[in-house]
Amino acid sequence: MKELLESIAKSLVDNPECVSVNEIEGEQSLILELRVADDDMGKVIGKQGRIAKAIRTVMKAAALRNNKRVVVEIIQ
Amino acid sequence: MEQFIEIEGKTVESAIEEALMKLDIDREDADIEIIDEGNKGLFGLIGSRSAVVRVYKKTNYEDIVRNFLCPILTSMGVSEDISVCKDGDNTINVRLMSDNIGIVIGRRGETLDALQYLLGLVVNKYSDNFVRVTLNVGDYREKREETLERLARKLAGRVSRTRKNMTLEPMNPYERRIIHATLQDYPYVETFSIGEEPNRKVVIKYRYKREND
Repeated sequence: MKELLESIAKSLVDNPECVSVNEIEGEQSLILELRVADDDMGKVIGKQGRIAKAIRTVMKAAALRNNKRVVVEIIQ
Repeated sequence: MEQFIEIEGKTVESAIEEALMKLDIDREDADIEIIDEGNKGLFGLIGSRSAVVRVYKKTNYEDIVRNFLCPILTSMGVSEDISVCKDGDNTINVRLMSDNIGIVIGRRGETLDALQYLLGLVVNKYSDNFVRVTLNVGDYREKREETLERLARKLAGRVSRTRKNMTLEPMNPYERRIIHATLQDYPYVETFSIGEEPNRKVVIKYRYKREND
């Protein structure tokens, strides 16, 4: 899941080398902390969070197979 | 966002070949610009100048689409059967074929729309002019369109019988458009939308008479 979020984020931003994802595994949920370059924040959030929402939707669908809730947090 | 390299060589030909090799592309995937034809000089000694070419890598949308979608599809456990076809200069239609399409579509097409949106952003990152990208799984979009048209007619019939307005569930702009278009010339009803995205809904309203009656 970590790799997937990384690959999605990298294809959206201008500075793919600055993308990093930190994985925090909980009992029922998996928290993924996404960090990108400051200039790229808009590229992963979007107008009114539209991109962030789309990323979360896709990640949720991908997590369905593992029966785990996945939470994507974008960290500054 | 075009990628290019500049190469110096003894002749134009050898410079181009070296550039293509470095970019790892075929000649048809490249745009070549000759900066300097070079000059052999006198006996190859005096006044000789090397040739300089600039080779651009043409944007290959199919690769962009595949590179983006394949990891996602793999993690969803869906086969990567993707067909990409260009429809004119400004539209790219992507179609997935898979047995396990439910997971890609999601609730009311939510996941498919999210994927289509992200794919559009990624493709447009590499393009100077806006490219519309559509993503379809099997014949999901066609079926959904039929369903919405059927729903629209059924509800319009009910509105004209009961003379009570009906509000549909929230839909995205594309789906609302289908409802509006279906009922455009329908007698005794008119349609409009209320609310803010993403909760904008179509209202079917009873209209006493058609305007042109």
